[in-house]
Amino acid sequence: MADPIHQFELKPIFSLGRIGGSEIVFTNASLFMFGAVALVTLLTMLATRNRAVVPGRLQSLVEMSYEFVASTVRSSAGNEGMRFFPFVFSLFMFILILNLFGMIPGGFTVTSHIIITFALAALVIGTVIVYGFWKHGLHFLHLFVPSGVPVYILPLVTAIEVISFLSRPISLSVRLFANMLAGHITLKVFAGFIGMLASGLGALGWVVGVLPLAMTIALTGLEFLVAVLQAYVFTILTCIYLNDALHPGH
Amino acid sequence: MAQPIVTSTGATPPAGAKAAFPPFQTETFASQLLWFAISFGLLYYLMAKVALPRVGAILEERSNRIAKNLEEAQRLKEESEAAAAAYEKSLNEARAKAKAIAQETRDALLAESEAKRKALEAELAQKIAASEAAISARTAEAMASVRGIAADAAAAIVERLTGQSPERAAVEAALNRALAH
Repeated sequence: MADPIHQFELKPIFSLGRIGGSEIVFTNASLFMFGAVALVTLLTMLATRNRAVVPGRLQSLVEMSYEFVASTVRSSAGNEGMRFFPFVFSLFMFILILNLFGMIPGGFTVTSHIIITFALAALVIGTVIVYGFWKHGLHFLHLFVPSGVPVYILPLVTAIEVISFLSRPISLSVRLFANMLAGHITLKVFAGFIGMLASGLGALGWVVGVLPLAMTIALTGLEFLVAVLQAYVFTILTCIYLNDALHPGH
Repeated sequence: MAQPIVTSTGATPPAGAKAAFPPFQTETFASQLLWFAISFGLLYYLMAKVALPRVGAILEERSNRIAKNLEEAQRLKEESEAAAAAYEKSLNEARAKAKAIAQETRDALLAESEAKRKALEAELAQKIAASEAAISARTAEAMASVRGIAADAAAAIVERLTGQSPERAAVEAALNRALAH
């Protein structure tokens, strides 16, 4: 049976040598990341090359993505949030394309690596913290001190707010990582059952193998949903966190 | 190529020894982060500087164009409404004018015929009066000659009967007496 973990292995393509004790290797993951960048860039540039007033299919697709992300940003973070629109759009497209790349047979799911999802989450939280302090100074700390709370429970509320803020990068990164990892492992395991049944039980195995096949097909559909949904969830949570940076006194 | 990354560090794992779960191989983190930073940075730069302004410009141009076209349509609609109102107005004016002209003509014709009638009547009345005057003059004349004739006839009768002509004054007096009856 094929190893369900095999699909997450990083395969080196070339090495840049060692920098500070770590070897810098260009792997299949790096290739897929650059592939996503190239795809998103090509898609947007190709779609907008005519600058048509009445859009074609490709231009409609890009415009819809634009409007979709823009409306998500506006509804969660207000019009001031639009200064982060390129950031949020890049995040959404990057995660979406990487998730979908993972659905290509033989492809690689970059977002199933915790270091990448953590880097994405850290980027979001880092942006929130840096922008929050830059824009509001120490007033940004009001984020942890909600107004209208009685003084005697304020320390408790503040502690909870601090903990919830600190857990954000963890929950944000682990949610995406775990969803992609678990989904792909499940898919691989069920697909592996088909081969195991066929080779182990002979003719009967071929018949019974229909069950995991059906399951694999259903899971594939589900995984496409998860791929898109997790990209959206990451995006909308980013917008909500950015809203905290824009309007800390909630 | 088909080997796990750990082999690239030179330490080939012994057969059967399981390598760490790939996402938790910490020795890969540095290179993963580096390539992530480069690729995502590149994507952000391309989106923020090139792609998104282009899409935004297209969308803005479209909404501007739609707004402009709607404005133009509104303007044309107002124009056509104004033209319809002007047409209606001129139609009403023409109607009123036609009515006035008809009335005027009718009045003029009426007045003219009235004047003609009056003139005719006056002429007729004048003629009647003239005729009446002529008649009465003739009558008076005739009456006057009747009296003369009567006096002459009476004088001739008296002369024939008596053989001598009567006094003119006596004849007149007798006539007056006879006419008084």
